[in-house]
Amino acid sequence: MKRIASLALAAVVTMALGACQLSPKTATQNGFRGTGMDHVTLTKVAMAKDEVPAPPYDPPATDGQRAKEVYQNVQVLGDESADQFNYTMAAITQWVAPQQGCNYCHNPENMASDELYTKVVARRMLQMTRNINHNWKQHVAATGVTCWTCHRGNPVPANYWTMPTEGPKGIIGNRHGQNNPVPESAFSSLPNASLAVYFTGDPKVDQNIRVQSTGLHPSAANKTSIMATEDSYAVMMHASQSLGVNCTFCHNTQSFQNWDISTPQRAKAWYGIRMVRQTNGEYMTPLASVFPANRKGALGDTFKVSCATCHQGKNKPMGGAQMAKDYHALWGEPSPASLTPAPAAAPAVGAPAR
Amino acid sequence: MALLSFERKYRVRGGTLIGGDLFDFWVGPFYVGFFGVVTAIFASLGTALIFYAASQGPTWNPWLISIAPPDLKYGLSLAPLKEGGFWQVITVCALISFSSWAAREVEICRKLGMGYHVPFAFSMAIFAYFTLVVIRPVLLGAWHWGFPYGIFSHLDWVSNTGYQYLHFHYNPAHMLAVSFFFTTTLALALHGALVLSAVNPPAGGEVKTPEYEDTFFRDLIGYSVGTLGIHRVGLLLALNAGFWSAVCIVISGPLWTKGWPEWWTWWLNLPIWS
Repeated sequence: MKRIASLALAAVVTMALGACQLSPKTATQNGFRGTGMDHVTLTKVAMAKDEVPAPPYDPPATDGQRAKEVYQNVQVLGDESADQFNYTMAAITQWVAPQQGCNYCHNPENMASDELYTKVVARRMLQMTRNINHNWKQHVAATGVTCWTCHRGNPVPANYWTMPTEGPKGIIGNRHGQNNPVPESAFSSLPNASLAVYFTGDPKVDQNIRVQSTGLHPSAANKTSIMATEDSYAVMMHASQSLGVNCTFCHNTQSFQNWDISTPQRAKAWYGIRMVRQTNGEYMTPLASVFPANRKGALGDTFKVSCATCHQGKNKPMGGAQMAKDYHALWGEPSPASLTPAPAAAPAVGAPAR
Repeated sequence: MALLSFERKYRVRGGTLIGGDLFDFWVGPFYVGFFGVVTAIFASLGTALIFYAASQGPTWNPWLISIAPPDLKYGLSLAPLKEGGFWQVITVCALISFSSWAAREVEICRKLGMGYHVPFAFSMAIFAYFTLVVIRPVLLGAWHWGFPYGIFSHLDWVSNTGYQYLHFHYNPAHMLAVSFFFTTTLALALHGALVLSAVNPPAGGEVKTPEYEDTFFRDLIGYSVGTLGIHRVGLLLALNAGFWSAVCIVISGPLWTKGWPEWWTWWLNLPIWS
């Protein structure tokens, strides 16, 4: 009896400690002492491929013959020099299709042909990259993004999401879109379609997170509901987890909505959420007719981006490495085809709308 | 101060832990003892320091006064007084006075030939405080991790510290602690209601005996834990509430750094079904 009890105790202790993180921690202070705005994290975290690949060769000149004069069907990068164009193509191959090579997107018989869907997608992704680097400086600053920021050597970025399936209706087995621990809700029981609420939809119609009631009672003017806080909580936990931070990285939880006591990072994130929404709404979702079925979710929607797609566990992707500066072609004007107006709703940094 | 009629029999000599007969006396109705003296000194010193530290702060609003622990950079060393040093000295004073009060309770138990239930229960509260301001900060390597001494500020600290783990309700020890706290209050409410209904009969009625109390609960839930037993249950619930509170905060940071919901993936990933 004693032996069984001691064995059981040993098993419980082992299991309890097995579920813990025993390795050394690193702490950071993120607010005034005593506010509890701190962060503890593991000193060594296993990360996705975080090293920044060197340019394929020294960046060539930006003058000389234009790419569109040398090659056919160059719709986005036509105004770059032919040397820059080739340099960019070499880099993209290394970033997105290192194993597959040029033929992942191109028909080697006719490089100008759009017959492979991957080429059409890649063109749209170049427009997207330019749009981010050009119109979303409030989020990406001078660091910018490259294909590598998301792809990290994979044809499909590791961190994407699709619309969750509805699940059974009726009484039995109906989870009402929640109680399903997925990474998109940070493994909580909160709604698992929260990303869809805030990261999709018409980007011109702002989807502000306004879940704190401004009045005592519900009325025609006051439609905030406690149910809505579940979606915003889930999406915020997703953002925290994607960045490897916690709520107090952006908020003083004394008042989540008050900008005066929030950290400067909150403004960055505010623009980031809108950037993700525009990226999904104007670049990913419209590609539904281009992607084959195996590149779509269960509901036939395209793979979509979230905070995790770029950040991959770091509050600055790849530790803030200044990678995009070596690629002139990624900084050009977003071409007219991209249909991307400047974020009209975005207020100046530091004073976003309440 | 006049002696109440029943007090004389509680004034028993001896049972002291330190000081023999030296401090074995009463001031008015209060037993003093060596630990009473120590408590008085350190409680007064700590309170005076709180007032002095508050005088160096920006406000006298009692809700907003806050004496905060040091910055992270000071680690486990002493900080300048106005940058967390006050917090450190006040913490030492608090721990000495709390522990001395528990020891004084032990002396009283010894005088009265009682068990040590009361000092043990109080020690659990001290243990929870000790965990918050000493054990966890030492495990995390800085006094910074203590909570600030202020009415609103300590609540803000609790909120922010909970949100460091995204959703603290998923902390398993927090679940246990909350359940025990609620069960303690439920048990106390049931017990209090039962006693009051037994001793407050309608006009002209007689006070009911414990047999009636037992019968009530045997009718209601098929079992009565009894007059002595309910106090054992209460003690068990209350001790567990304090104990698991201490556990839930000491594992947050030293043993887990991510969101608490994610901790439960060990269950989802058990080889039985994953």
